[in-house]
Amino acid sequence: MMDSAFITVLIAMLGGAIRVSTPFMFVALGECLTEKSGRINLGLEGNLVLGAMVAYAISFHTGNPWIGVLAAGGSGLILGALHGYICKLPKVNDIAVGIAIMSFGTGVAFFFGKPYIQPSAPRLDAIHLGDWTGNSALAQALQVNPLFFVGIILAVAMSWAFANTRWGLIVRMTGDSAASARAMGVSVDWVRFLATAAGGFLAGVGGAFLSLYYPGSWNQGLSSGQGLMAVALVIFARWDPIRCIWAALLFGAAGAIGPSLQSVGISQGYYFFNAAPYILTLFIMIASARSKGAAREVPGELSITK
Amino acid sequence: MSLINLSRRSVLKAGAAGLAAAALPMGLARAQTPIVLGAVYVGPRDDFGWNQAHATAMEILKTVPGVTVIEEENVPETDAVSQSIESMINLDGANLILATSFGYYSPFVVELAKKYPDVQFRHAAPLWTDADPTNAGSYFCYLNQGHYVDGVAAGLSSPTGKLGFVAAKPIPSVLSNINSFLLGAKKTNPNATVQVIFTGEWSMPVREAEATNALIDAGCDVITCHVDGPKVVVETAEGRGVKTCGHNASQAPLAPNGFITGAEYKWSTIYAMYADLLAKGEPLPNFVAGGYHNDMLQNTPYGAGATPEAITAADAAIAALKAGEPIYVGPLKDNAGNVVIEGAMDNYDPVLDGMNYLLEGVVGSIT
Repeated sequence: MMDSAFITVLIAMLGGAIRVSTPFMFVALGECLTEKSGRINLGLEGNLVLGAMVAYAISFHTGNPWIGVLAAGGSGLILGALHGYICKLPKVNDIAVGIAIMSFGTGVAFFFGKPYIQPSAPRLDAIHLGDWTGNSALAQALQVNPLFFVGIILAVAMSWAFANTRWGLIVRMTGDSAASARAMGVSVDWVRFLATAAGGFLAGVGGAFLSLYYPGSWNQGLSSGQGLMAVALVIFARWDPIRCIWAALLFGAAGAIGPSLQSVGISQGYYFFNAAPYILTLFIMIASARSKGAAREVPGELSITK
Repeated sequence: MSLINLSRRSVLKAGAAGLAAAALPMGLARAQTPIVLGAVYVGPRDDFGWNQAHATAMEILKTVPGVTVIEEENVPETDAVSQSIESMINLDGANLILATSFGYYSPFVVELAKKYPDVQFRHAAPLWTDADPTNAGSYFCYLNQGHYVDGVAAGLSSPTGKLGFVAAKPIPSVLSNINSFLLGAKKTNPNATVQVIFTGEWSMPVREAEATNALIDAGCDVITCHVDGPKVVVETAEGRGVKTCGHNASQAPLAPNGFITGAEYKWSTIYAMYADLLAKGEPLPNFVAGGYHNDMLQNTPYGAGATPEAITAADAAIAALKAGEPIYVGPLKDNAGNVVIEGAMDNYDPVLDGMNYLLEGVVGSIT
């Protein structure tokens, strides 16, 4: 009995990691790119919510959810570009602008999203990877959305590009030392503008996953702060795209602990178990951020470290 | 009305239209006797749940001659609700305020009722007592009767008898819905059990979806819920080919294959009664509570998930509730084995308002 309950929880955590992690992944990768260039965009929660709304609306009108995903990315790109542009102006604080963008993005999404709460839009399909197992819970857990794989490929590509390409070098350089970048003839503002816009695009795509796949509907409480958590995950992942993936997976798996423990009959203390993702993050953060390595990995130009 | 009393919204409007214009509607309201009804919602009007149930009833009131309805949604249970209501009173001339969320009552509605004795305030939870201002009051529907009917239908629509319940927080009205759902199911399937997962939040879509998946993985084949917006729960269950019962408003369109029936409020009965009394110039009752016996509840029309036997049994259960048949008939034990109800309880017995246990047959814990 105990064994099967344990396996049920493990399968639920696996499923949770796959189902819940994708939006965290995209927002964290977007933020990672932006922060690598030396700027913080706290507004990605706004991108996420707006992306969710736009994806749902466009999918509803066109009947093709993938066009919705692209449109969500586009809306995120615009918000990111807005942040990037405003932060180019003199004496502007990027954190304050980020909070403004967050309110703006969610506000716009709520305003235009009203008519789309009721209708049902076509959703993204999953790839059924687990049907051969003959175990319905496992088959369910292994239903994977293609965006999940896109996120992982993107993380690997980003990680490689940061290390091995001229573009990656320029982004890292503007993030670590704006003076050096200027000396090299690189336009710091322009690099940061592009990095913020691209990061915004990714966060918008993350929103599309929320409204078009899991949980798969548009309403105003959809995100409940996931965009903000994902921004925090970047610090947790120490500005490494691959570690962003692990952080997102861990966070998704931990989120499944609360409901699945109740489903196997361990129902005492569910408030505590529901808080598992946050507690876990806190502990790993304390453990990892104390190292000297952590201090070296912070982009030097970030306004929180300057 | 002094300028100091003007709330933020009225000052903003006054800035746009001039102060004289801002004061004008109030003068008009005193000169005539139309009913201006101000409704305040805690969330969006179209949440497929609690707020939608109120807003749908409000739509019916808008067709009543002489009634103007003004609404504001997404008003938090903070000082913001006082400001919204004050601007409805001062600016739009509202003379009846319907505050539809639990946390609005104390201190906000109580204080405003003292400040504006000419305005009637009614609040959607059984909180009004004799000590409160007489121009305030409460109205409430006992939705657990609807969940009981859901349970009766679910007991005959579930092949395994394992039912799942996604619940927000363990407060008495939620617990009563869970327990009534179980008792209904036991009526038609004595071996039925209800497994409950608490999410801890009124609205947390991702966790609600996770909870629904966890219940289905645990073998439940009918899922229902008590969360603010049941849309995610019903859609997730439908997507996995599992049957569902609804909550608060109609979720039938979300689950064309598996929807059985749902517990729905019928606030329109109360609202129409208020409008009628106001039009006649008669006072509103301070306390209205109801259920099936006075037409304040309904069950969503049966969906494809309901078996013919389930429909017959559920219809019979509704008829019995209308005739006053009690849901809680003792001796009943909680799921720790203590006897919690000795004899038959009236469906409106105030003791039930303090429910703090899950009955035997419910798998779950409230802490």
